[in-house]
Amino acid sequence: MSLMDKTALEIGAMIKNKEISAVEAAKESLNAIKETESKVNAFVTVLGDDQVIKDAEDVQAKIESGEINSPLAGVPVAIKDNMCTEGVLTTCSSKILSNFNPTFSSDAVLRLKNAGAIMVGKANMDEFAMGSTTETSYYGATKNPWDLERVPGGSSGGSCAAVAASEVPYALGSDTGGSIRQPASFCGVTGIKPTYGTVSRYGLIAYGSSLDQIGPIAKDISDCATILETISGHDIKDSTSILRDDYNFTSALVDDVKGFKIGIPKAYYGEGLDPEVKEQVMKVAKTLEEKGAIIEEFDLDLVDYAIPAYYVIACAEASSNLERFDGVKYGYRTAEYEGLHNMYKKTRSEGFGAEVKRRIMLGSFVLSSGYYDAYYLKALRTKALIKKAFDEAFAQYDMILAPAAPTVAPKLGDSLSDPIKMYLGDIYTISVNLCGLPGVSIPAGLTSSGLPVGAQLIGNVFEEKKLIQAAYSYERTLDWSLPSI
Amino acid sequence: MSKEYETVIGLEVHVELATKTKIFCGCSTAFGGAPNTHTCPVCTGMPGSLPVLNKQVVEYAIGVGLATNCSITQYCKFDRKNYFYPDNPQNYQISQLYLPICRNGHVDIEVDGVKKSVGIHEIHMEEDAGKLVHDEWENTSLVDFNRSGVPLIEIVSEPDMRSADEVIAYLEKLRLIIQYLGASDCKLNEGSMRADVNLSIREVGASEFGTRTEMKNLNSFKAIARAIEAEKVRQIDIIESGKEVVQETRRWNDDKEYSYAMRSKEDAQDYRYFPEPDLVPISISDEWIAKIKDAQPEFRDEKKVRYKEEYDLPDYDIDIITNSKHLADIFEETISITNKPKEVSNWLMGDTMKLLKSEEKSVEDISFSPKNLARLIDIIDEGKINRTMAKEVFEQIFKEDVDPDKYIEEHDMGMVSDDGALKSTIEEIVANNPQSVADYKGGKTKAMGFLVGQTMKAMKGKADPASVNKILKEILDSL
Repeated sequence: MSLMDKTALEIGAMIKNKEISAVEAAKESLNAIKETESKVNAFVTVLGDDQVIKDAEDVQAKIESGEINSPLAGVPVAIKDNMCTEGVLTTCSSKILSNFNPTFSSDAVLRLKNAGAIMVGKANMDEFAMGSTTETSYYGATKNPWDLERVPGGSSGGSCAAVAASEVPYALGSDTGGSIRQPASFCGVTGIKPTYGTVSRYGLIAYGSSLDQIGPIAKDISDCATILETISGHDIKDSTSILRDDYNFTSALVDDVKGFKIGIPKAYYGEGLDPEVKEQVMKVAKTLEEKGAIIEEFDLDLVDYAIPAYYVIACAEASSNLERFDGVKYGYRTAEYEGLHNMYKKTRSEGFGAEVKRRIMLGSFVLSSGYYDAYYLKALRTKALIKKAFDEAFAQYDMILAPAAPTVAPKLGDSLSDPIKMYLGDIYTISVNLCGLPGVSIPAGLTSSGLPVGAQLIGNVFEEKKLIQAAYSYERTLDWSLPSI
Repeated sequence: MSKEYETVIGLEVHVELATKTKIFCGCSTAFGGAPNTHTCPVCTGMPGSLPVLNKQVVEYAIGVGLATNCSITQYCKFDRKNYFYPDNPQNYQISQLYLPICRNGHVDIEVDGVKKSVGIHEIHMEEDAGKLVHDEWENTSLVDFNRSGVPLIEIVSEPDMRSADEVIAYLEKLRLIIQYLGASDCKLNEGSMRADVNLSIREVGASEFGTRTEMKNLNSFKAIARAIEAEKVRQIDIIESGKEVVQETRRWNDDKEYSYAMRSKEDAQDYRYFPEPDLVPISISDEWIAKIKDAQPEFRDEKKVRYKEEYDLPDYDIDIITNSKHLADIFEETISITNKPKEVSNWLMGDTMKLLKSEEKSVEDISFSPKNLARLIDIIDEGKINRTMAKEVFEQIFKEDVDPDKYIEEHDMGMVSDDGALKSTIEEIVANNPQSVADYKGGKTKAMGFLVGQTMKAMKGKADPASVNKILKEILDSL
């Protein structure tokens, strides 16, 4: 068994107990990447051995001097390539940022660094986090470690595949409409999308600013709670950051769900849901019930409106957020051009991929004069109504149990040809982003064909701890191991 | 011209606020500085950077709104205005469209004794853009982001003005209000105050507005007046010749006294405004508004009344002193040290203005300390220096802000109060100028003036002219 098969907390404990050093852990991760990467392609950038080893030596010294005392100290990590990392290529998996080296690191990355995390590379993703398969990356698709013919999901597909392939014990992802929870489900790993405002967005290259959140991806909920505790916190550099009363997420790692009222929204289990996925998620419900939770079906309103509202809002924000990529200041610029507007046009035509262009066009359209009220404002009103429906649900229930995705991981190439179908696959995850809610995706067994299914726990704002507690309790009952490649 | 026309004018005025730091980051707003030295990831639009609102900008905007009788939008938001241009690093400007911070205000103006109220449609906050520098030698363009993110407010008037005089009175009024608040220095020539003129023509008595044009690049009050006159004539010519005015943006060239079309309504951009998701809505409490209102200074109109009542200054003096907050501050501070309002006013009206003119400076450039002017006035009253000498000392106060006591001592300018020394000097002058003495004795009183002059010269100006006259007369009469 490789060291990288262990959890982040296990590796951290071994380093703390001097069973191994941070340098050895870093080397193990680099070796795992060297062995696996050609099959999985989870990374856009793997840092040089020298750099990683030097960082690990520095951290090891700080662990020994007592300067760093985090359970994650010395543990290798992959960072999704839409988070700025000072001096390290940050591409958003796009050609347009193919030469972009940020001058600063994102807040979440800095918090990890301060805890002694060792960054080994930047994880592949759908271009600018737009997609559900990691196939829209300019740097090639990431493959699902469970079946290399299949997609890992997206957009944090590189982060999830790197964990599932035991290249790193944990990774950071970002979630705008399910981009942590859906690939976590496809890859059989655990991920948390925190309440909006919990993790600073400073340094996260924006897709949909009002929806984006950074979150942890790891092998189990204990790791995820620890990572979330490390990266969360109020940040004055992000005006949408919230000062919360309690960031002590690990205190919820308790095996007890007695009295938890868990709602099952009927609309999430109807048409379009793969029966095998349904079966696995219902098994989770049964397990939680056996452990003392109260499970009830209920009617969640407006489910059908979430996808159109989400795509209007996300694309509107994206069309504006991506305007800064113009070839003027940084990033790719077309080789030949005549005048300013030709430079803009060629740079952006050549620099962005098809899915990004589609969403920029969609977003520009819904914001344009004469359509703003009909689309954008209507989507905002819909969002408010959906939020109301969830508020009503949380007046009844401690949390909602849902699938993370309607299917298991599709075959490579199956999704991109039909973008509408791909968008519909986000049905169970996007409401969480529209309403700023926390959501956790946990492995929920395998289908008959041996592919992982993810179950999603959705909570009210600021109630991650309930989700973590339920996930931890369920995890105690699960016999789970990641595939070997 | 067979018909009578009326000019209808509305203004969009941009004012750069006097905050120390930019609107959404901590960079300095100081003017000058090598290109791109007052910049950071936020104001250069680096990926991943986020704006954080400078509270002082909101306070200044509320202050201007209250002083112009606006209602304050207590739940207000920023919006993104999307357009591509290299001086705009994000390719969107953070501005306000849907919920501007101030609405429905007015200011009162007076032109040729006629009072009028000009409505203010709204005031909104926004960020300034950077500056493009075209290097023709290298055939390339460079961008300097030092100004990017400098806070602005845009004050949008109603189309209530009918002449260039009214426009200038309105702008002067705004300038004074904003300068009194300390919210901006409002210099048109340096661009800290910029006015775009929306102008249309209609027949007198018509109820509908004509098609308007927007005039840009107006860098002085004179340019504004000339541009209004020219645009009025241009539009009347078009209408008189049976054509229609095209709605467009025009650029004024003040050297050529001519404007040309920049873009018409057809190629007007769609800015795709939407609420800025990176900033949270601003909630402005009643208490905050009350606090800002309480902290507002005495404005010009109030000052004018008080100066008349308390100091009984001439209207002319009051007008000039209160026309600049800076000058009014100097005046008030000086009289707080030496309570001689008329004397202080005289120095400001007379020598100060003369020196400003000769150095081609404005009142805003006055840099001497009120305490030095106050001390000079007291020294004169104490009889330690005569007025001629005092003017010389004042010039040094004006230029170098010297301490008058020290300066007088160092340059040995104090008056000779020793009558003995004065008497012996006069006796010498009388002895050396027998012809003048004879003239005086012969009834030519003019000769007396010559002898006084000679004495002052010999005393290097340090004698009190009254004493010189008295002693000289005594000596001459005793001959």
